Amino acid sequence: MRPFDYVEIRVPAKPQYVGVARLTISGLASRIGFTYDDIEDLKIASSEAITNAVQHAYSGVDEGEVVVGCALYPDKIEIMVADHGKSFNFEETKAKVGPYNEDQEVQFLREGGLGLYLIETLMDEVKVHHQDGVTVFMTKYVGEEQVEENVETISS
Amino acid sequence: MNVQVVLKEEGSFVKGFISGEIDAFTAPILREKLATVQAKDGLLAELDMSEVSYMDSTGLGVIVAFFKNINAANGHVKLTGLSPRLKRLFDITGLGEIMDIETDDKGGN
Repeated sequence: MRPFDYVEIRVPAKPQYVGVARLTISGLASRIGFTYDDIEDLKIASSEAITNAVQHAYSGVDEGEVVVGCALYPDKIEIMVADHGKSFNFEETKAKVGPYNEDQEVQFLREGGLGLYLIETLMDEVKVHHQDGVTVFMTKYVGEEQVEENVETISS
Repeated sequence: MNVQVVLKEEGSFVKGFISGEIDAFTAPILREKLATVQAKDGLLAELDMSEVSYMDSTGLGVIVAFFKNINAANGHVKLTGLSPRLKRLFDITGLGEIMDIETDDKGGN
């Protein structure tokens, strides 16, 4: 059995579905116990990624789909957003997503603008992968602050 | 998932009330509405954002474009009623330093 629950959302690459995907992710995040603030961060980060996919992947073509894959672990959520409408082999795609390389991603950074900056600021880990389009892979951990608080308690 | 924008103009003062969610779908609606404000010398444009429940970079883009437009004509833009969440979005993008922002001071409730 794989160590996480997997939920995949496929939406038409149209702006009106960004909010639908955002609400779904918000619901999933509350399932694994994220705080209100962390859920708000997740909503913004995932909306940025999905908005990017909607706006840049299908300029001129309106038949595309955006695929959002969410892996739910007890202590973290992994979200993958792809601007090509194919389902993921989540583990396979995750393995292919390389470390974030600033030089290589300059083009995407420019296109993403503030959006990618927000994703990087609001999530704990971010990776970008180019193959058959762009895939953004991002991770957020549950209750990091709580862990730090516990460490402090022990050391004092 | 929608946005409402109400604009009230009195001479060189414009007050805008924005409510709802600002994202890729609703940002163009906000942009269009704000574009109806005539930028002019000495204009004070105040946007009340206390009822904005969600906003991301698409909304920031619209607000920045409005800010630039009004400023270019020697006007002034003030944002009011921002929730701590919303203020944080402006702060982490560096816009909090540049723009005139007043946070929600309903304090105590």
